Parts: sequence; C-alpha cells; structure tokens
Amino acid sequence: MIWTNSQLIGRHGREEWGVNMPGSIMSGTTTGLLVSQPIETSPAVATELPLTVIQPQPGWKMVNFRDLWRSKELLYYLAWRDIKVRYKQTALGVAWAFVQPVFAMLVFTLFLGDVAGLNAGIEHYSLYVFAGMLPWTFFSGAISQSGNSIVANERLITKVYFPRLHVPFSSVGSVLFDFVVGFPLLLGMMLWYGTPLTASLLAAPLVFGLLVFMAMGIGALFAALVAVQRDFRYILWFSIQIWMFATPTIYRPLASMSESAQWWVPLNPVHGVIENWRQCLLGGPINWYSLAVSGTVGVILSVFGLAFYRRMERSFADLI
Amino acid sequence: MKSSIHVEGLSKCYSLNQRGVMDRNLTENIKYQLGRVAGKFTGRKYESGKTTDYWALKDVSFEAFPGDCIGFVGRNGAGKSTLLKILSRIVEPTAGRATIRGRLGCLLEVGTGFHPELSGRENIFLNGSILGMTRREIKAKFDEIIAFADLDKFLDTPVKRYSSGMFVRLAFAVAAHLQPEVLIVDEVLAVGDASFQKKCLGKMRDVSQEGRTVLFVSHDMTAMRRLCNRAVLMSKGQVSMVGPTGDIVSEYLARESVLTPAGMTVDLTNARRKGNMEARFTSMVFDGAGMSDRNEVISGGPVRLKLNINAEKPVMTDSIAVSFSDRTGYKLVNADSLRLDRPVHLRAGDNEIEVRLRALNLQPGTYTLGLTLARWPETTYDSIEPACDIEVAPNPADGTTRSPIEGVVRCEFDLLGVPESLPFAGV
Repeated sequence: MIWTNSQLIGRHGREEWGVNMPGSIMSGTTTGLLVSQPIETSPAVATELPLTVIQPQPGWKMVNFRDLWRSKELLYYLAWRDIKVRYKQTALGVAWAFVQPVFAMLVFTLFLGDVAGLNAGIEHYSLYVFAGMLPWTFFSGAISQSGNSIVANERLITKVYFPRLHVPFSSVGSVLFDFVVGFPLLLGMMLWYGTPLTASLLAAPLVFGLLVFMAMGIGALFAALVAVQRDFRYILWFSIQIWMFATPTIYRPLASMSESAQWWVPLNPVHGVIENWRQCLLGGPINWYSLAVSGTVGVILSVFGLAFYRRMERSFADLI
Repeated sequence: MKSSIHVEGLSKCYSLNQRGVMDRNLTENIKYQLGRVAGKFTGRKYESGKTTDYWALKDVSFEAFPGDCIGFVGRNGAGKSTLLKILSRIVEPTAGRATIRGRLGCLLEVGTGFHPELSGRENIFLNGSILGMTRREIKAKFDEIIAFADLDKFLDTPVKRYSSGMFVRLAFAVAAHLQPEVLIVDEVLAVGDASFQKKCLGKMRDVSQEGRTVLFVSHDMTAMRRLCNRAVLMSKGQVSMVGPTGDIVSEYLARESVLTPAGMTVDLTNARRKGNMEARFTSMVFDGAGMSDRNEVISGGPVRLKLNINAEKPVMTDSIAVSFSDRTGYKLVNADSLRLDRPVHLRAGDNEIEVRLRALNLQPGTYTLGLTLARWPETTYDSIEPACDIEVAPNPADGTTRSPIEGVVRCEFDLLGVPESLPFAGV
C-alpha cells in the first residue's frame, strides 16, 4: 500500500500544517494560518489540505525519504524510549554500554591473543581488538534489535500508522547510542597507547556511516523476515554467532591470512568496513580492495533489505 | 464543500488456508515462494493448496464532509474495525480506494505506545509523537493535557504505578489534544469512569463542531445518538444502511433485538431472580399507552405494563415495583406501590396486574427494566433485575431529534418572559 499522491502529507507531515496553538498561528505561514481556522468557513482551503490516498499497491517500492524525514521526531522518540527503558532501574545505568565490548576485548586478548598467538605482529593487541569489537558490538546489536523490532512493537503496528521503517531504524539508533557512549573509551585507549592522530581519522566517520547504513538495511531485512516467519528470529540469532567468527578482522589482521582468503573474505560486508574503520583510527593504510568489495556487497544487501521491507510492510499488521 | 473522506468500493479479503489461519509455516512458505517464482517462469499461476477467502469488508462506499460525525454500528465482526483500520492506514485494502483530505488522527486504542517503565511526562511525549504530534505541539499543549488528565502530582511517577483509571485518563488526554481534520475513534470509551467518559464525549463533540470530521465506532447507542449526526449500519462486511443516527440506531437495535419492543410479551419464567418464589412474575408486556405512532415508550410519555404473577398460595404484597436503571445498573426511576400504601392480595394461581406510569421522565436512550414483588420489609417474593432492556424513544413533540441534551432525567419546563412578538436580532 502506498500513499501515492505526490503532495501527500500524512499524519506525520504535521510541521507544515499549523495547529491551533499559540505560536504556530503567529508563525505566519499561509498554510498554518489557514488550517487553524474551521475548514468550512473557507472552502478554498480545502483544496490545500494534504490528501491521503489509500488503495492497494502491491509490489516493490523504494524508501520514501520524505515521509521518514517529516516524522523524524518519532524516530528520535522511539530510540529514546528504547534507551531509557534499557537502563531504567539499573544501578550501573549507561555504563552497561561499555561492558559488552570491554568484556569481549578481555576474552579475545587473553585467549586469542596470548594463548592462540593471534597477536603476532600487532603492537597493542587489546586496542586492536577493542577497535574492532566496538563497531561489531554495534552492528550485531543493531541487527538483532531491529530484527526483532517489528514483533516487539506489535501493539504499535496494529494500532497506529506511521512510516514503518522507523521501527527498525529506531532500534539501530538506540544501539548507536551505546556505541557513542563506548567510543570515548576507545579514544582514551588510543591516547593511552600513544596512537598517533592522523588525518585518516577524519575518514573514520564515513566508514562508520557505511556500517550504520548496512545495519539499517540488513536490520530491516531481518525485521521483515521475522515478521513474516518467526523462524527467522532463531536464524538471526544463529547468524550473528557465526557472523562474528566469519569476520576475522575483529581478532586477526587480514594480512596474516592466506592470499586466497584475502580475496574472498571481504565478501562478508562487515569485514572490509570494520577493517578499514580501524585502519582509519589507528593510522594504517586503507585496504581499498576490501573496502570496495565489502562496501558493494553491503550496499546491495542493504538496498535489497530496505526494498524487501517496503514490499512486506503493507502486510505487517495482518501478519503479526 | 469538498468531502473530507471519500470511500469507494473498499474491500478487505483474508485468505485462510486449510488450517483456518492466514499464516503459513516455514515449509509451506518456502514451497509457496518457490512455486510462485517457478510460476513466473512457466507462466502458470501457482496454487498454494486450498484457501478460502474471507471478506472482512466488501465494497464499502461512503462520503463524509467537514463537520460530520459519523457513527458506525453493527455487531461484532461486521467490519467496523477493519474499516477504521484501513482508513487509518494500518491495514491495506484488497480493493477499492479511499481519499482523506486533511491531517488524520486515529484513536483505535487508548494508550498505544505507552511504556509502563516511563513516567507520565515521558509518556506524554512518546505517545503524542506516536499519534502524530510534533514536539512543539506537545510542549504547547502540555499544560492542557495535564489539566485534562488531572494528574499533575504523578507526572514523574512511572506509568506502571498508575491505577488503571489514571492510565486511561492520561492516555485519552494526549489523544484528545491531537488536532486533526479527520479523527477516527474506535470503541475506546468503554474504559474510564462515567464522568471521564462524559468529558471524552464532550471533547469529541467539540471536534466535530469545530468543522472537523469524526468517524466513531461504539456499542454505546446513547453516546452514538449524542455525538453523531449520521450513522452507517454495517453487517457482514457491507454497508447495509446509511442515514440519520436516530433511524440507524433504532434499526440496528430492532435487528439485533437486544431490546424488547413495545407490545411484545416477555417470558419471565426462566429469568435470573432472587426471592422465595411464593409468588413470581411469569410474563410481562409494556407499551406507550397509545401515546405515540408505534405505541413505543417515549421520553416524558406514559408507560403501561401488564404483569402476570403466579402465586403458590394466597399472599399479600404491599410492594410491586417497576424500576428503570442505566447501563451501570443504577436505579433511576422506581415506581413502587409501597408509596401508595395499598396492599394487594394475590389469589393462588395466575393474577394480572397493570401498572401505569403517567410520565416516564427519562431522556431518550436505553434502560433496563426491573421488577420486584415483596412484602415490606421482611419478605421478597420475587425480584428480577434485569427483566428486559427497553428503549425510550425521543418525544416527537420535542424540538430536536438528534438529542444532544445532557442529563438523564427529563423535566417539563417553560421559558417565560420571552418577548415573542419581537423579531430576533439580526433577522
């Protein structure tokens, strides 16, 4: 189902439509002034009211960025709710955001680094692992949260309309918050170990942006799959477990792998992104091959995920 | 004037499989998807086993204009909620088209998106934003919302600690301050106490009087009559009648026959009752004593009741009472022969007694009739509550039939000192 009209402004297009409250009436925009009056007094205005067309519209469609942008506040509130609720009534509060990556870092440093000897040739292995673990924790958390988000927000979806992509996106947003909280710890470690601050640091947000986009796209894909078929909930959980080990860059440099592995490992979209994110931060050379391959695979997968989500979203309320 | 809602041929079909459910399990789904893809290449349509179509909504059309308040009546499963869900864009129609002009506000459930862990203040912002308000709007209306909900002391308490009444008040307060051009309200008034329900109805009436459009689903016929100027009767997913609310509600009640029409004998032998049964009501019949066209009971009109009483032995009763209660069971009118101080001696066997109310001063609506037979104060022979539900129709002599008049009890009054000879100002 699509709300076809080009000037469609749904319930969430409200910024442009004045409401009866002090301030907006005074705001002086034509529409704001007109709509705040009773409609029947000025029939001319009726033509300017946003028109919503409801009709069956099956098939593939792309993301409606306008709709999403108009209701961006909802995205914020949904993410804010998730964050608030997650840390409410906990003694440590937001500090829990650190715990997972730090704990993983310790385990990896001890067992894979010292015992299995994967730290060969890496100067500060714990920093190396943490720089990889932090974005991975974000990515895995984001896809597992957003994958389950449709089912978790069933009440919302069956009782009120809003652009459906906000549901998985807000889950990604709330996990992103944890990342932001954990990031200063990484910076602190970098300063502690005396990592030189290079210009390539500036590229890190771009690479990370790619990871966020992938989390949104792949998260949406799983969200739609789980909504249609609950089996995917377990498949998702299982995939994340395996995925981490299929992303060797978290605990082991690509350079130490065989030549053929270097050729195909970046087909895992997360691999190249995390590898190059770390290169940006810790000042190594960017691996253009892995970035290009992972980026391409990631973008294709994400765009497919978003399109699939959009295709399925019209039946969410019927299915869950 | 342009219509604010235009609905044309709206239909919704659910395919149910052999198990009678919509969803497929994983194997079925994989088979179905593979079959569908294969079907695309071979050009044959893939049949996924036997499915039966269930039309929750079939070819529904109507139109609403600014200022309209349209009520939807019909029994459960008639498609009212499906229709509202389609119009609120939650569910996609299978066929047809609807056009909505203006901002749309939907209230299909009170408190959608409320999170129990969050405080009242936080929930106002969350819920407001889910319903489609901007942060600015919510801030501007924040004080009004608090005042409406009457909860200023508990703003920072998590909602999970609220009583259910407080929860509903807060939830409706947020929704009530949404200001859409089109408001869709599903049966949400069933919650909350009577005074709050009244507040909600008042708020909804304001909306339609401000020139907005309201679509309203409720099983509360009194609310429906008070609020709506037009109504749509739905049955089996289709529109079966559209018209003025009064007519539609009467038609619905007649079809549903939850109400006992005037002149019909009510068999009371199997009614739920209290008492020692030395004497018992066996049947009753009532009418409007010939004062109206259809001999129905009208507001302010007389009521005639014939009661058949069977006594095991001769008994004396000084209290034969006919009462009228509201939906909540509160007795509004009680015509008790105790007041007349006139003992009645009943013969063993069948007796017939007629009770005549000179004027039943109740506003139009549905009331529950109750019967009591007692010897005051020590013995209750029989007490049936409720005996039947009756409808008090509007009085044709009254000026308005869309009865927006509040209050339960009717009273006769005059306006005096009105200079009738003078023309009204401005006319």
